[in-house]
This record gives sequence, structure tokens and C-alpha cells, in this order.
Amino acid sequence: MERPLTELIDLREGPLAREAYEHAGGYEAARRAVCDMPPREVIKTVEDSGLKGRGGAGFLTGMKWGFVPAGDDAPRPRYLICNADEMEPGTFKDRYLMEGNPHQLIEGMIIAAHAIQAEIGYIFLRDEYHRSAEALRRALAEAREAGYLGDSVFGSAFSCDIHLHTSAGRYICGEETALLNALEGRRAVPRAKPPFPPVVGLFGKPTIVNNVETLCCVPHIVSKGSKWFRQLSLTSDGGTKIFGVSGRVKNPGLWELPMGTPLREVIEGHAGGMRGGYRFRGVIPGGASTDFLVEEHLDIPLDFESVQKAGSRLGTGTMIVLDDRTCPVGMVHNLERFFAQESCGWCTPCRDGIPWIQKTLAAIEAGRGRPDDIELLHMHTRHLGPGRTFCAFAPGAMEPLQSALKYFDDDFRRHIADGRCPYNNHQTGNSNGNHHH
Amino acid sequence: MLSEEEKREIEAELPHYERRQALCIEALKIVQKHHGWVSDEAVRDVGEFLGMSPHQVDSVATFYNLIYRRKVGRHVIHVCDSVSCWVLGCDAVQDRLCEILGIKPGETTDDERFTLLPIPCLGACDHAPAMLVDKDLHGDLTPDNVEALLERYT
Repeated sequence: MERPLTELIDLREGPLAREAYEHAGGYEAARRAVCDMPPREVIKTVEDSGLKGRGGAGFLTGMKWGFVPAGDDAPRPRYLICNADEMEPGTFKDRYLMEGNPHQLIEGMIIAAHAIQAEIGYIFLRDEYHRSAEALRRALAEAREAGYLGDSVFGSAFSCDIHLHTSAGRYICGEETALLNALEGRRAVPRAKPPFPPVVGLFGKPTIVNNVETLCCVPHIVSKGSKWFRQLSLTSDGGTKIFGVSGRVKNPGLWELPMGTPLREVIEGHAGGMRGGYRFRGVIPGGASTDFLVEEHLDIPLDFESVQKAGSRLGTGTMIVLDDRTCPVGMVHNLERFFAQESCGWCTPCRDGIPWIQKTLAAIEAGRGRPDDIELLHMHTRHLGPGRTFCAFAPGAMEPLQSALKYFDDDFRRHIADGRCPYNNHQTGNSNGNHHH
Repeated sequence: MLSEEEKREIEAELPHYERRQALCIEALKIVQKHHGWVSDEAVRDVGEFLGMSPHQVDSVATFYNLIYRRKVGRHVIHVCDSVSCWVLGCDAVQDRLCEILGIKPGETTDDERFTLLPIPCLGACDHAPAMLVDKDLHGDLTPDNVEALLERYT
């Protein structure tokens, strides 16, 4: 089984240095793309590969690149931004890629920058990822020294440099237009769309924002071709995917597997199944803002389309398992507390609705729920759904809630009827609402 | 007043951004690196240096949870309270930290050694529960092993 993105990674050895990366064929794809391939051809290759964004939304990467206005009279400069603000709860895959093989990301960025003819690149990295920052800083310096970044990349007429920007917190920075505001030194509230960033982005100029894992796929697509990339997958969405599992499983971790690998194989095979004494109850397949899946879904293939058909989203592909001894209401309360805290506050439904949900869930969990609370929570999932709020944050927050209400209805009702949480763990109830200091 | 060194470090970031005001977050982080936190005076000074009003700067500073607008201890403990860590018992870890330090989340110990701040997912979910002490990531925490981990931070 091919593992193009992770085969060179060994975290015990630390980040792969440029020499070792090049020894394994690294930077050959970027050299060829920049020196021998017209930008349009690079975009076409990535388009044909079927690569979809690995940050959660799953938009076709090549198509996105194609939205950047081309031609001599198109606005300049243009920007390529790597979204390395990995903050989706339960997600830890980009950190692995950056700490393990930073040059792979840089190579992907050089190719992407060439494809859209961007002269300036940024890596927007969350501040807490200190090891990633260290690895990237060193790798960027090595790439610059080798002439792969800066003026005339690989001796060509193309010039591009990449700057590492470390952020200062807040989940909403991962939303691409909020990220642009953060990079401009502002409060990270999302922007109105349209105009979309490929046309009007950072500092009002054409900008492409791509996730770390997405960009790490690019050198391999250029080097081995779009057909090869497609056949890595078991289904119609191309490539491999880094899947992760956390929760009470025997062997939590990350694995690069073919796109379309069945959910059961990931949880029961790679993650080793549940720890002794625990039973599988459900799973959030792609980070906090995806719908729960349950036992009946274990045989679905993990690709964008299949997970959507099952009522959830592939998201980041890093899943959080709910076991039978953990309270589903408590788990959803934890998620909604996170969303209430991280709402940027720009639009009223999100700013006021999610804290309302959080308080309702806290009351249910504490045994103070009322029978009509369940209908109230259902109402919120509609009022905060797609199209009702300024950005995708609140609809994302509703995904685990609406599916928990569906699959764990009995649990909600039992909390209310019994006037207490029937699970005996997680009863300490830290109410640390305010993280601002 | 910003020190000459702080000004130099902020200026060094300028070529990377199209507008001077885009340096706001970088500048606040530089000030924080030197002083540990961002005071009202620092907000005013950063504003003066970048051509922004103190209110503009503070609207940015107060948005980001890793810009500290209150004094923090010599070491900051960021303990993850997101979903994977919650499933694996981060509440008990946080309670234990509070007990050891004698403070509540958001507070600083009297000797100014530690500040305890909860933080969203640290991306260490395969080693949950996790916490960050200054720049060090610690995973697989239990109420029994956290006390020993804090010893090295003096």
C-alpha cells in the first residue's frame, strides 16, 4: 500500500532535513513544475487528480486554483496561503506532516504558487504548534539557501518567498476569510462572500488558501501523475487520506490510508478497536463540526461522498470515538461549550444561540433539564443551520448536536426524566467558560 | 515606551506585510515576548508606533486568547479541554492542577510561578489528555502524574 505523504516521516528522528528529502526525490516535482510546466498545465494536472481540500470542506483544489484571474493585466501581487491553523477539536494530522516532513509542504507550496503565479506565500500556523514552527523555520531557511525560494526559484523567471506567520489563537482563524483578516492584523471575523478570496483576498488581491495536507499531496501528483493519484483511492475521490482516531480505543493514532477505506477498518483494525470493558457507541468522523455516525454506519467507505450520504462529513478525517460509558449529552455539551467560546461574535444567531444551547445542555447534564428542552435544542439546530448565519461556523456547530439528538434521544430524555446524568464519569463539571486573559 | 529592541523586531516584520497596521498582532506578540503580557501602556505604544488608536489595537488584542491583557505567571499552563481530552478525563486533570496550584482556571499563583488557562484542542488527541506548559507539550496526563511534570518549571 502506497503512503506517499507519510512514508518518509519518522518523528523519533525529528523533521526530515532538506538533504534527506532530496535524496528521496524531493523537490524534483517543484523543479519540473516551475521550469517546464506552464501554470495552466499544473492546474489541469491537479484538477484531473480529483484532489479535494483536506481541511474539511472538500472543495476541488484544482478548480479553486482556476478561479484566480490569469493574464498580464490581472491584479498583483497574488498570495498563496497555507492554512496551518489546525484547531478543529480531535484533529492532529497537519501537525504530524509539518513536524515530520516540512519540506514536502514547502514543495507543495512552491508548485501551488507557480500554478497561480503567486509571488508571496504565507504559512498561517497556530501559535501552540511550537515544534511545527521550529521545523518550518529551519526548512524555509534551507529552501531559501538552496535557491528554491526567493528570487528566480530554481533559476527560473519565477520568484516567490514564503513567510511563516504564527497566529495568536481563536478557532475562527481557520475560516479562510477570517484568516485573511487575522493576517491583515485585524480581528478574525469572517468576510462577506462574494467576492471570494481567489479574486479578492488578502489585502484585496487574489489569494488561494489551502490546507497543509492538501498542499502535501501536490508534489506527488505532479511527480507521478493525476491517474496514479486517482488509483490510490478505493473510490471516486482521489488519493490517500490521513485518518486519525482518538477516544477510548486501544491504539489511538494517525494512518495514511487509501481514500474510501471503510470506517470499520480504521476503528477496529488500525485503532485496534475499543479498550477492554468499553463498547463502541458512535463516532464523529471528521472533527468537532461533523455529525455523529453510529454502529450501522461502520461499513461505509470514508470518502467525501459516502460520508455525506451517511448524513455526516468526512471533514478532517480525524475521528473521535464515543464509548458506552461516556455520556453523549456530556460530550455534546463539551463540543457546544467550545463553539460558544470560539464564536467570533459577529452575527447574532451564532453569538447568542450557541451559548443558549450550551446552557441548556449544561442544565440537562446537571439534572435540571425540562421536557421541552429537547424541542428547544431541535429548534436551535434549524435556526443556526446553513444560510441562517454569516459563515459556516454555527452550521458546523449544529452538526454534532442534531445527530446526537437523533441517535441518542433516549439519553437526553433519561437525563431529564431522572433529573441526573446516568453516567457516573465526567461529573466534575468544570465551568471554565472564559478563556480570555 | 517601546524599547529600541522591540521597535527593531517589529520593523523587521514590516517587509512581510503590505500595510504597517497589518503588524498589529505581530507587534503585540513581540511586546508580550519581552514583558510576558500586554499592558494598557503597551497597547497605547503599539498604536502610536503603527499609526493606530489604542482602541483599535485593543480591539485586536482582546480578540485573541493568546495575547494576555493581564499579567501572567513565569510559566503558563494551557490545559486542553476539548472533546478528545474530555472523553479521556481532562476534567479530573484540570481539577488536580487547580488543587496542586491552589488556583482556579484563569488565575495565577501567589508566587507568580504559574498561570492556569484552559485551551482548545492542542492537536495531541492520540495522547489525550494533554497540556502545554510554556512551549512544551505534555500528553497522557493523569491526576497522578501532573505534579511531577510541573517540578522542572521554577
